Amino acid sequence: MCGVVPQVLVFTSGRIRKTMNVEYMGLKEISGPLVVIDGVKDASYEEMVEITVGKNKRLGQIIKIDGELCVVQVFEGTRGISLENTRSKLLGKPLKMPLSKELLGRVMDGIGRPVDELGEIYPEKSWDINGEPINPVMREYPRNFIQTGISSIDGLTTLIRGQKLPVFSGSGLPHNQLAVQIVRQAKISDTENENFAVVFAAMGVKHDVAEYFRQSFQKSGVLDRVVMFLNLANDPVVERIVTPRCALTAAEYLAYEKNMHVLVIMTDMTSYAEALREISSSKGEIPSRKGYPGYLYSDLASLYERAGMVKGCKGSITQIPILTMPNDDITHPIPDLTGYITEGQIVLDKNLSQKGIYPPVSILPSLSRLMKDGIGEGYTRADHPQVANQLFASYAKVQEVRALASVIGEEELSEIDKLYMKFGRKFEENFISQDFRENRSIEETLDLGWTLLRLLPKEELDRISPDTIAKYYDISESGAGDF
Amino acid sequence: MENTSQGTIFGINGPVIKVRGKHAFQMLEMVLVGHDRLIGEVIRVLETETIVQVYENTTGLKPGEPVISTGKPLTVKLGPGIIGNVFDGIERPLAQVAKNTGIFITRGNVMDNLDREKLWDVRILVKPGDYVTQGKVLAEVKETESVNHKIMVPPNVKGEIIEAASDGLYNIDKIIVKVRDGKQVHNLTLVQEWPVREPRPYYHRLPLDIPLITGQRVIDTLFPMAKGGAAAIPGGFGTGKTLTQHQLAKWANADIIVYVGCGERGNEITEVLEDFPKLIDPRSGRPLMERTVLIGNTSNMPVAAREASIYTGITLAEYYRDMGYDVAIMADSTSRWAEALREISGRLEEMPAEEGFPAYLPSRLSEFYERAGRVETFNGTEGSVSIIGAVSPQGGDFSEPVTQNTKRFTRCFWALDKALAYTRHYPAINWINSYSEYNDDLSDWYSKNAHVEFTDKKKEISRILQEEGKLLDIVKLIGSDILPDEQKLVLETAKVIRQGFLQQNAYHEQDTYVPVKKQYLMMDSILRLYEKAMMLVNLGIPVSVIRRSGVFDEVIRIKYNISNDDLGAFDELNRRLEKTLEEIEAEYK
Repeated sequence: MCGVVPQVLVFTSGRIRKTMNVEYMGLKEISGPLVVIDGVKDASYEEMVEITVGKNKRLGQIIKIDGELCVVQVFEGTRGISLENTRSKLLGKPLKMPLSKELLGRVMDGIGRPVDELGEIYPEKSWDINGEPINPVMREYPRNFIQTGISSIDGLTTLIRGQKLPVFSGSGLPHNQLAVQIVRQAKISDTENENFAVVFAAMGVKHDVAEYFRQSFQKSGVLDRVVMFLNLANDPVVERIVTPRCALTAAEYLAYEKNMHVLVIMTDMTSYAEALREISSSKGEIPSRKGYPGYLYSDLASLYERAGMVKGCKGSITQIPILTMPNDDITHPIPDLTGYITEGQIVLDKNLSQKGIYPPVSILPSLSRLMKDGIGEGYTRADHPQVANQLFASYAKVQEVRALASVIGEEELSEIDKLYMKFGRKFEENFISQDFRENRSIEETLDLGWTLLRLLPKEELDRISPDTIAKYYDISESGAGDF
Repeated sequence: MENTSQGTIFGINGPVIKVRGKHAFQMLEMVLVGHDRLIGEVIRVLETETIVQVYENTTGLKPGEPVISTGKPLTVKLGPGIIGNVFDGIERPLAQVAKNTGIFITRGNVMDNLDREKLWDVRILVKPGDYVTQGKVLAEVKETESVNHKIMVPPNVKGEIIEAASDGLYNIDKIIVKVRDGKQVHNLTLVQEWPVREPRPYYHRLPLDIPLITGQRVIDTLFPMAKGGAAAIPGGFGTGKTLTQHQLAKWANADIIVYVGCGERGNEITEVLEDFPKLIDPRSGRPLMERTVLIGNTSNMPVAAREASIYTGITLAEYYRDMGYDVAIMADSTSRWAEALREISGRLEEMPAEEGFPAYLPSRLSEFYERAGRVETFNGTEGSVSIIGAVSPQGGDFSEPVTQNTKRFTRCFWALDKALAYTRHYPAINWINSYSEYNDDLSDWYSKNAHVEFTDKKKEISRILQEEGKLLDIVKLIGSDILPDEQKLVLETAKVIRQGFLQQNAYHEQDTYVPVKKQYLMMDSILRLYEKAMMLVNLGIPVSVIRRSGVFDEVIRIKYNISNDDLGAFDELNRRLEKTLEEIEAEYK
C-alpha cells in the first residue's frame, strides 16, 4: 500500500444510531425511479436504503432530505412498487464496493454484485464507491508512453500511462474492435506486464457487445486479469449511474493498494449521461443544454478525474471511455463536456470507415494532451514530435487541396497540390489503416511517417528542423517500403 | 454546544443545505456545518429557514446536526507564506491537506491557511510615535528571493504607533506593531484577513497605458493587453486555452502570478507544480515558482469551493497589488465557475435565464472583471491586477451566455480557433475574430520602447492578413494558379506571417519567449521582403521564381535561427535577402 489511503467515510459524530432497525412502512410518493419516504428520523445524506417489496429486496440511495421526507433513488427500478406494499430500512452506510484481489477474473452486475455464480467476494477492504478527489499535489505527472501498436494512436495521439483518453465514436463504427485491439496490444511496460489489470464497465450496452468483449479478452488470454461490470441495455437505469463508480473503485483498489497498472474501459458514456438526464428529470431539476442537468460537467469529471498516477505508488489508472456521439455531432454536450475534462480524444470518422479504412481515426480533431511530455528523446524517438506535427500540418493541407479539387477538378491542380493529394491517399491507406491484428512498433510507425513525408518536397516540411530532415529525409528506405 | 448562535440542519440536497432554528444568520456569513464542522456560506435567508452552500462533500450529513454561526463573511488570510504555495478554493494549503489525509482529499480538513511555525526574517520600518494609516508599510519580509513581502496596515486601521518590535525572526502571529486609534488599540501581526467577495480599497485608479508584455508575438504585437486590463481567452476543447494560459503565467512581465485552476484537470495543476520550479524567470533569474501562487480547485473537487476559488484568487492578487506589484491572475476556466453558479442556482430552484444560467451571471462576471485595474496604492506605490480569464464555450460556440457576457466586461478578446488548432497552429489565436481595445492606449508605449514605426508595421501586417482572408475565399473557388502575381505574393507573404510570426513554438528554447524588440525586427524583415519582392513582381518576375530562391523560407525560420540576444543578426539577414533578390532581378534584365 502506498501513501495514506483514506478510510471509508465514517458517518459523522460517532454517536450510535438508535434507529438502526427501524423499518418504515409504505411510501409517500413514487415518481419514475424515485420514491419518497415520510417520517424518517436520523437519515444521512447519500445513505443506502433497503426496500423490501413482497419477497424481494431492492437497494436505494437517499438523494435529498427535507426534514423527515427522504427522496430515494431505487437502483432496481420502481416497477411493482405501490404506496403500501413496501418496507424500507436505512442501512447506515453509503454504497460500498467489496474489494479484494479475487476481483480479477470476475463478472459483476452494475452495482458490484457477482453474477458469475462463483460466489461472493470475500472483501479485504470495502470502499465508498464515490471515491474522493485526488489531491493535485499528490499526483504524479504522467509521462510513460504506452505502445498500442496502432500507428494513428502511437504516432499522432500517443497514449500515456495514467491518461484519460476517450474514443469519440458513432453508431456503426468499430470502436469496440479498437478498444479490444488496444487491450490486446498495449505494452503497458516491458518489465511490468505481470502487474496489469483491465477493468471493464459496460453501461447500457447490448448483451452481444458485452459478450464480444468477454470473448476477445478470453482469446487474448487476459480474462483472468479482467474485472467486468455489466449494466446491460435492459438493466435498470439507476444502476447505470453507479456502474462506472464501482468499476473505478475497483480500479483504485488495484492501482493504489495492489500497485497494478489498470486500464479502465468504460462504454458507453452516452448511455450513462442519458441515465443521468432521466433521473434528473424525474427529480424535477432545471435542465441546461439539451435537457442534461447543469451538473453534467461536474458529474463526468468525478469519473474521469479518477484516472492518473499518484506519488509514492507504482500503480496507475489509464482510462479509455468510449462514447457514441449522438448524430455524429462533436458539439453535443456529452462529447463536448468530455473533451473539456479528458486529456485529449480519439475521434472516429464515418467517411473513413466507409472507405474501408480501419481504424477510422479522424486525425485532425484527435489529440493527446499528454503526448508532448511523453514522446521524443528518451521516451520514443527524438524525431517523433516533429514528425507528428508535420503529418498533422500536411494532412490539414490535404483537406484544403481536396476541397479545391472538388471544385476545379483534380486535373487542374498545381503539381505540388497533386503531390498533396497523393500524400493524403497514401497516408490514409498505409498509415492510418492497418489490420486488426497488425502490431506496429513505434519505430515502424515513425519510419512509415518518413516514407510518407518523402512524397513531399523538402521545402514543404516546415515543421521539421533542418537537422532532422538531413538525418531522416534522405536516408535510404528502412523496412516500410516505397510508395 | 459551546456556541448558542446556531441552527440545525433540516434538509440536504447536494452542496445546498436548509437550516432551521432561532438564530438569525447574516447573508454571506461563513458557517460551520455538522459535527465535522464543514465550511459553508449563507446564500439565502428566509423567514423560517436559511440556505447554506457547503464547500465540502455533504455525504453522511444528517438533519438535526448543528450549524454554527461565525459572525463573519468568508475570508482569506493574507501574509507571508502565500507565494509558492498551492491552495484549494478556500485557501487551504493542499500540501498540508496531503499530510493529513494522504493522496485523497477527505472532508472536514480544518487547518491553518498559512504556516504558523515558520519564522520569517522581519525588518521593521516604523518606530513608536509614527502616525500610520491604512496601506502604510510597517515591515518587510523576504518571502522568496524574488518577492519582498510588505506588511501593511490593514484597511480601516489608523493611528499612532505605541509599540514596535525590533527586527528579528518571527512567526506570522507575532504582534509587531501596536497602533492606538483614540481609545482603541490595534495589535498588528504579519497577517491580516479580508473577505473574499469584497474588493480591497486603493487610493485611486491610473490610466492603462503600459502593456503587459507576454513574449507571445500574436498577443504583444497584434492584440496587446494593458497592465491592469482584463482579457478573455475563449476556445473549444483542444484549442490550447490552458497552454496559452501557462505560457502567459510563465512569461508575462508581472511581478506576481496568481494561477487559478478552477474546475479543470488535476494534472494541469501537477504540470505547473513540476514545471515552474524548474523554469527560470528571464528578468529575475530565479525559478518562476518564486513568484507564483496556485489555487487548485479541480473539476472533481466540491463545486461550491470552485465558485469561491475565483474570489480567493483575486483577493490574493489585490493584496500583492497593494504592495505595489504588478499582478496577473489567470483564471482557467471562468466557464466552470459560471457552471458552479448554475448548479447552486438550480438546487435553489431559482428561475433560470439563458441556458439554465442564473439571471445574475452578468453582474457576477462584471463584479469580478472590475476588480482588475492599475492603481495608486495607499502607500504611494503603483500596482496593478490584470485578469486573464479562459472561457470554455459549450460546443465551441461563442454565442453562448458566458462568452457573450465576458466579452462585455473585457477589452481584449483572444479567440482560439479549432481550425487553427487542427493544423497545430499554436497559439491558435484567430487574427480575424480577436481584438484588443487597448491598441490605441498602448501605441505611445510601443513607439517609445520598441520602435517609432511599430504601430505602422503592425497595421501593415494586419492589412496583409486581412487581404489574405479575402483572397482565400477566391482561391477556394478557383485555385491559386489563376491569381495575378501581386496577389500570389500577398498569399505568400501572409503564409510567412502565419508560419514565421504568428505561430510560436512553446517548446522551443528561444521561441517560447520573444522580446518586443525582436518582434519588431521580425515584422520589419517580413515587410522589407514583401516590398522588395513586390518591386520584382511589378517588373514581371513571377512569384514562383522568388519562392524558389528560398527567401520566404529563410524568413520563416528567423524564429529559430536568430537567437533572442543576437538582434544584430537581423542586419546581416536583411542584407542577404536583398542581395538574393537583386540577383534575381539582374538575371531577369
